[in-house]
Amino acid sequence: MSAPSNSALARLRLPAALALPAWLKAVPWVAALATYFFAPQYAPLLTQIFIMILFAMSLDLLVGYTGIVSLGHAALFGTGAYLAGILCLRGLTDPLASALVAMAVAAAVGFAFGSLMLRTKGLAFLMLSVSSAMLLYEIANKATAITGGDDGLQGIAFSRVLGIWEFDFEGTIAFFYSLAILFLAFAFMQRLVNSPFGWSLRGIRENDLRMKAIGCQIYRRRLTAYTIAAALAGLAGALQAQCTGFVALNSLSFELSGAVLIMLIVGGSGRLYGPFFGVPIYMIAQDYLAKNDPTNWFLWQGVILLALVFFARGGLLGLAERGFLRGFGKGTE
Amino acid sequence: MNEQPILEARKLNKAFGSLTVTRDVNMSLMRGERRALIGPNGAGKTTFVNLLSGRFAPSSGSILLGGADVTRADEARRSKLGIGRTFQITSLFPQLTAHKNVFLALAETAGVGFDMLRCASSYASLHDRADQLLDQVGLSSQAETPVQRLPYGQQRLIEIAIALALEPKVLLLDEPAAGIPTAERDVILDIIEALPSDIAVLLIDHDMDLVFRFAQRITVLVHGAVLVEGSPTEIAANQDVRDVYLGEK
Repeated sequence: MSAPSNSALARLRLPAALALPAWLKAVPWVAALATYFFAPQYAPLLTQIFIMILFAMSLDLLVGYTGIVSLGHAALFGTGAYLAGILCLRGLTDPLASALVAMAVAAAVGFAFGSLMLRTKGLAFLMLSVSSAMLLYEIANKATAITGGDDGLQGIAFSRVLGIWEFDFEGTIAFFYSLAILFLAFAFMQRLVNSPFGWSLRGIRENDLRMKAIGCQIYRRRLTAYTIAAALAGLAGALQAQCTGFVALNSLSFELSGAVLIMLIVGGSGRLYGPFFGVPIYMIAQDYLAKNDPTNWFLWQGVILLALVFFARGGLLGLAERGFLRGFGKGTE
Repeated sequence: MNEQPILEARKLNKAFGSLTVTRDVNMSLMRGERRALIGPNGAGKTTFVNLLSGRFAPSSGSILLGGADVTRADEARRSKLGIGRTFQITSLFPQLTAHKNVFLALAETAGVGFDMLRCASSYASLHDRADQLLDQVGLSSQAETPVQRLPYGQQRLIEIAIALALEPKVLLLDEPAAGIPTAERDVILDIIEALPSDIAVLLIDHDMDLVFRFAQRITVLVHGAVLVEGSPTEIAANQDVRDVYLGEK
């Protein structure tokens, strides 16, 4: 082996040309802050984008890294959102404490559902994931005394973040709060996917039977990934409740599960930064199309998705990656 | 006192519905033994390997590893206990680099596959070992290439590197040289011959040159049952083998 065994680059197993410069990794964060400072009126939209990035990132752990395609991920987002909302109305108004509780409960729900659903694969899993979300949706719909049913949970008012910053009407605190949470979650995900556990998830995605043959208990590994993804989705849901002060049935809907999957595919799954591109592009495009062609915007959305599937496999980041590699004439994973 | 077999199959049977593929197979593999398993197509050789490795559960019979019954242990557990294998149809992680393919096996063997707090790149000894294994199979220069871009013969070599990464007590090689060019076949032969002497190796292959060059003993399987077992000389001279396998009638 010619590569130096003790160099960080060699350990990361990336050709020198593919090692992203640190400044490039900072671009999404700087862009988010810059948008706020130059156009503070967009703070609420950016907050929504951060929350959806976190949600899409949690799904990416399943879809992109573990090869588990779920169409019911909103079940876990909604669990976090409803829990944070219900707890707030019953006195737990501290944002961080309620976020932690929401994460823990979403993780428990994910573990419970996952321990059953992950005994299946492929289409069977896909159907079960849809069923799990529908089940929770209907429970939330019927339990009006607790969830508000069709009207949703209203009148949610969280206390100050860290006892200092109060959620304001302009959405400034919500913007920084959700950005900080997203940054912490991203740092955790980065560590996770680059750990032996994260590598083993890629192995399972690539060839689960081979992973089994090298000694990996794949069910346990997949269930752990599912539970972690559930916790992160629950955190995103809790943020949604905290930043908007409202929880609607939509947070458990099939539409949301589908939309977050599309956002992930648009950006590129299995790439960590994929949601940072897919989510804003989807949300801005949706906003623009709905405004300019309200009757046909779903059609345009479909056209864009078809174009992406045919011409940008691996999403926008996949497209950029291929262009980058062509420039360097290298192969990568 | 007789030495205990490292791997033993006792009256092993496997049926898929009404089709019995393995019939009362007994086989004992001693530590460090070089054994070949031959038989015509459809004889049940790969099924037998799948039974030994834990991919299939036997319909009846038992499997002992180092004297301990592992019949109920699943494939992952048997791998941890020391049964390594390669696959007749290449089974790798196609989008991952050759290095990562081997690293994954090393991480599971070292018991760090569940570690989520430490960066994978910080496991220096495992990376060095992966480099060594790739060097051993002559693929150092391809360490950073996704295996789907490697020629078939080199993919077969990575199969062997992965199997060696498991530090097996028993290595089951299911047609390791099938379908590859002669030059690379020789490399595979050399690698198999250079395997550590304490590993028991069960080789399945249709290439009689390879089998007779490699094996100390040969088991012939026909219609899922053992026809005969013996030294290469005995097998070569056996008329039943000639009739059913070598087609000399």
